[in-house]
Amino acid sequence: MNKIYRVNMTDLTTSVEDCPAEWAGLGGRGLTSAIVAAEVPPACHPLGPNNKLVFAPGLLTGTPAANSGRLSAGAKSPLTGTIKESNAGGSAAQLFARLDIKALIIEGQPKEDAWYKLALSKDGVKIEKETALVGKGNFAVVEAVQAQKGKKTGVISIGPAGEWRMKAANISVMDPDGKLRSHGRGGLGAVMGAKKIKYITVDGEGAPAVKIADPEKFKTAARTFAKALLDHPVSGEGLPTYGTNILINVLNEAGGLPTKNFRYGQFEGHDKISGETMHDIITARGGKTKHGCHAGCIIQCSQEYVDTSGVYVTSGFEYETIWGFGANCCIDNLDHIAEADHLMDDIGIDSIESAVIMGVAMEAGILPWGDGPGVNRLLREEIGKGTPLGRILGNGAAEVGVAYGLTRVPVVKGQGIPAYDPRSVKGIGITYATSTMGADHTAGYSVATNILKVGGDVDPLKKEGQVELSRNLQIATAAVDSTGLCLFVAFPVLDIPEALTAIVEMLNARFGLSLTGDDVTALGTSILKTEHAFNQAAGFTNAHDRLPEFFATEPVPPHNVVWDFTDAEIDEFWNF
Amino acid sequence: MKVLIKLFATFRNERFKQEEKDLPPGTTIRQVVAQLEIAEEALGMVMLNGRHTPLDQELSEGDTLSLFPLVGGG
Ligand code: SF4
Repeated sequence: MNKIYRVNMTDLTTSVEDCPAEWAGLGGRGLTSAIVAAEVPPACHPLGPNNKLVFAPGLLTGTPAANSGRLSAGAKSPLTGTIKESNAGGSAAQLFARLDIKALIIEGQPKEDAWYKLALSKDGVKIEKETALVGKGNFAVVEAVQAQKGKKTGVISIGPAGEWRMKAANISVMDPDGKLRSHGRGGLGAVMGAKKIKYITVDGEGAPAVKIADPEKFKTAARTFAKALLDHPVSGEGLPTYGTNILINVLNEAGGLPTKNFRYGQFEGHDKISGETMHDIITARGGKTKHGCHAGCIIQCSQEYVDTSGVYVTSGFEYETIWGFGANCCIDNLDHIAEADHLMDDIGIDSIESAVIMGVAMEAGILPWGDGPGVNRLLREEIGKGTPLGRILGNGAAEVGVAYGLTRVPVVKGQGIPAYDPRSVKGIGITYATSTMGADHTAGYSVATNILKVGGDVDPLKKEGQVELSRNLQIATAAVDSTGLCLFVAFPVLDIPEALTAIVEMLNARFGLSLTGDDVTALGTSILKTEHAFNQAAGFTNAHDRLPEFFATEPVPPHNVVWDFTDAEIDEFWNF
Repeated sequence: MKVLIKLFATFRNERFKQEEKDLPPGTTIRQVVAQLEIAEEALGMVMLNGRHTPLDQELSEGDTLSLFPLVGGG
């Protein structure tokens, strides 16, 4: 991979350049963050012409390595004001890799009020005007592209939420079944909307296979890696059977399932929305319990959720979404939540942010707790139609809190806190507070060690060891996010030493290098530091690495614990 | 003494979701796990009243014991 494609939307020109040497060893998050840090003025307005939207496949993407098909998107985030990387499955990343595209950088902003589409192929990148699909949902975009260009063309698009530059808007990526995956967090859909790009197609016709420097060595390492994924009970059995939603009952038992906008740590209706129940419903209705979001995924945590007549409703139906619309809004009906998931895919809005938005909306009295149909009405009729209320909601939980004068607003750096209560899962609280991305559980998944007891054992209710745990995980995650590997490979990697060695070996065999495990850690460290420096230049200080006040003053049942880290204890995080 | 036992994920297969058991005083978690014919290596989380607990812990009247295989997600 060595081409960098640039698209300038101000003068509607494109160019291709060879990847400069300093970016050659980077991919995925490492590359998008390096480019944003080097080329985007930290103080710029995220929706203005000086922000850039960057897409990059991971270092192993396009190879036969299992679970290596993730695409990274990066920019300055309109939601958090920080640097942002958000990665997604779907088929586009592998097509990027085969087309030898190291990164696509979209810069500038059109002066006239018109919409465009980009077409990537072996012949380069083209900018064309778009009118027909403007205002349409993501599913209509995918259908239209498939009808015109066939089912193998990759699609990256925004829905109406992105067109309206809502801060919670996501970017959708078509999966191999013509359904959608998302660069969910941080409002990157609004950045794409600000660049006036409705969608991007990626045509892999005539593109060769990805070159591997040492194919034999690669094959051996890839086999060891795949075996570790299949042997580990989490990636080999739990995730494919129950999906990520297996966590509802786990967090409920541990008292860390945020309920009624983070009032309680347990939800009465937990079993009705649990992974076990979801598995039984999907099986009884004839849906699919296992499904991969890109070719070559052997974990297959995704599924196809169908209605009572067996008709497709949604896929990639995640714990986060089910927690957020479920426990957090007190909705105990999976069918209502599945409909919400489908609507969000079509409108193009982040399902985690939307879940926190709905909890805050209920707090504000916009609708009653537990009102599943009401939530779907807000998505369809308000956010989906861009009404004044819809614009407030679509701009994220923090903005809803401001508009309604609330204090119980669970956000860090403007981004909604996901599905683990930081008071009773303290390690993840440190990640929410310190992540360069705003509240983000994936940035350093301390839940693994605090609750699931994968990769060690740190007591979730105590402060000891949490800062160090979160730091180690954030460094490792930054490195994994650069490989293009799905983060769920971390479960076997934390427990099976050969799995980590295999990743390093695959990188070496792919590029003809001789990296060691330490080099991979150094990569993770340097990515975090680059991102942190960007944020500081954008005006962020340690004082932004804090959780909302109510976590320190309101004990969360059943363990009745509060967030009790001092500022100095949190700030230790950056001492490395 | 009465103890509520909750099973999750694959542990439910051919067993139960939750059951109240009448156990002799002094029964440990390890003994319950053995009676349920769950291999100790298959255990992920063992929670007593919502807290992670070692297998040698003795149970008391009114306890809730929750057993999970190794699972994960995000
Ligand atoms: S495990 Fe899940 S998230 Fe990861 S690549 Fe497979 S389907 Fe996608």
